[in-house]
Amino acid sequence: MGELRLMKGNEALAEAAIRAGVDAYYGYPITPQSEVMEYLMAANPIKTTGMVVLQAESEVASINMVYGAAGAGKMAMTSSSSPGISLMQEGISYIAGAELPCVTVNVVRGGPGLGTIQPSQADYFQTVKGGGHGDYHLITLAPASVQEMADFLKLAFELAFKYRNPAMILSDGVIGQMMEKVELFDPIPRRTDEFIKETCPWATTGRKKGTPHRIITSLNLVASVQEAFNKKLVDKYTKIKENEVRCELINCDDAEYIIVAYGSSARTSMKAVDLARAKGIKAGLLRPQTLWPFPEKQIQQLAKTAKGFLSVEMSAGQMVEDVKLAVNGTVPVEHFGRMGGMIASPGEILQALENFINKK
Amino acid sequence: MTNEEIIIAGFGGQGVLSMGKILAYSGIMQNLEVSWMPSYGPEMRGGTANVTVIISDERISSPILSAYDTAIILNQQSLDKFESMVKPGGTLIYDDNGITVPPTRTDINIYLVQAAKAAAEKNMNKIFNMIVLGGYLKVNPIVSLENVEAGLKKSLPERHHKLIPANIEGLKLGAEIIKKIK
Repeated sequence: MGELRLMKGNEALAEAAIRAGVDAYYGYPITPQSEVMEYLMAANPIKTTGMVVLQAESEVASINMVYGAAGAGKMAMTSSSSPGISLMQEGISYIAGAELPCVTVNVVRGGPGLGTIQPSQADYFQTVKGGGHGDYHLITLAPASVQEMADFLKLAFELAFKYRNPAMILSDGVIGQMMEKVELFDPIPRRTDEFIKETCPWATTGRKKGTPHRIITSLNLVASVQEAFNKKLVDKYTKIKENEVRCELINCDDAEYIIVAYGSSARTSMKAVDLARAKGIKAGLLRPQTLWPFPEKQIQQLAKTAKGFLSVEMSAGQMVEDVKLAVNGTVPVEHFGRMGGMIASPGEILQALENFINKK
Repeated sequence: MTNEEIIIAGFGGQGVLSMGKILAYSGIMQNLEVSWMPSYGPEMRGGTANVTVIISDERISSPILSAYDTAIILNQQSLDKFESMVKPGGTLIYDDNGITVPPTRTDINIYLVQAAKAAAEKNMNKIFNMIVLGGYLKVNPIVSLENVEAGLKKSLPERHHKLIPANIEGLKLGAEIIKKIK
């Protein structure tokens, strides 16, 4: 068993970055994710693992530092919260276009604009439907516990390198700020330069005479070449959709009504399902752990027997669109959520579920 | 079965968050599941601080609650806010220092722990929160004193370990002075 600690989600993610053998973190402080860099600065891993931790001059600089380090085959990451992630969108699009692996972390707060520092899930569209320009997808992981903040950091890097694609950890202020018991995985040494040269034939690790240049770019001025590249990306995304969907089903076996929720909303909804069951309502919870790829097939399967789906998120209704696409009109789908940093209590979610059931 | 949902609330600086953290760490030492969810941001600046702590032998669902088994209340604002959120049959523990409108509910157990007064008398102001925690653990011994001590060792940096005996003394004092009033 790994080491047990009581940690904030942000701290667990930071500790996991050191233990996963990450080469570089570049960031800029913003509530509610500042503990990530605070923890890394205090841990000073340059002295132990050699990991670089740098406060950049802005979020735009952070993501471009990540771009550079990723191009050299390094494990590079950044973290921020909503307004900071908006600033990074150009860089994220370029990294997707250059097919580089990296991890970005968004501890979401209320928006739009500077919004509020309280928790929110209103960046769903930005993360899974684009954010930056062009046809690209981010592998998106949604931790719902402090344990998953640590575990998903490692998983995000594994997936990013497996597919040469940027990965996003979409968290929120609750998961970032709360403390829970976390079992930390044993430290993995940072990859050696030799290992990177061997396993990342695309990385710019220095050119030997007579070998071709390795060019990392997202620029293709010839339309037919760009289209061929777009098709290659589509093929990659299809493969990711086939292989990397992850979700948790709770009390779904005999469920008539399914709540779909991720992150901290999945936690409050889990309690709402318990409250509903105590009242004799056959409720279940589907918790996507990957938001892209989205658990469409799992939802389609449940839609064969369920009477309805309630999508619960701290937004005006974003993920509900993907639930509707998956259900494809076979049973009713509705959204329930609070906004602006307000958190729906389990009791409120139960009430929304009862209203949904009674409406039909 | 253990499943205790607690809110601890007071002024910033009273040690509300650290009391919750020590309680949560003690729960881990006792092989229980724990969660600790603070209020954060502007609501804490110069105002009230609160933390929801859940200690359970099962996987914890929601870290955010609208009803509590126990409320530990250290100022008037928090009493006004949380008295109504204690579950019927639940427990409210409060320090009456600065309280002008005491709790009125009759369907819950109400305890008074005059920790601020005791801390001032015994020159133990720095461990005020431990006196309160000791009172709570007397009412509901959800974790053992040994595990609180183990939790303190784990959560405090080594250079502060010399303060642990004083903290334990505070816990014991709290257990002595807490009294049921309703």
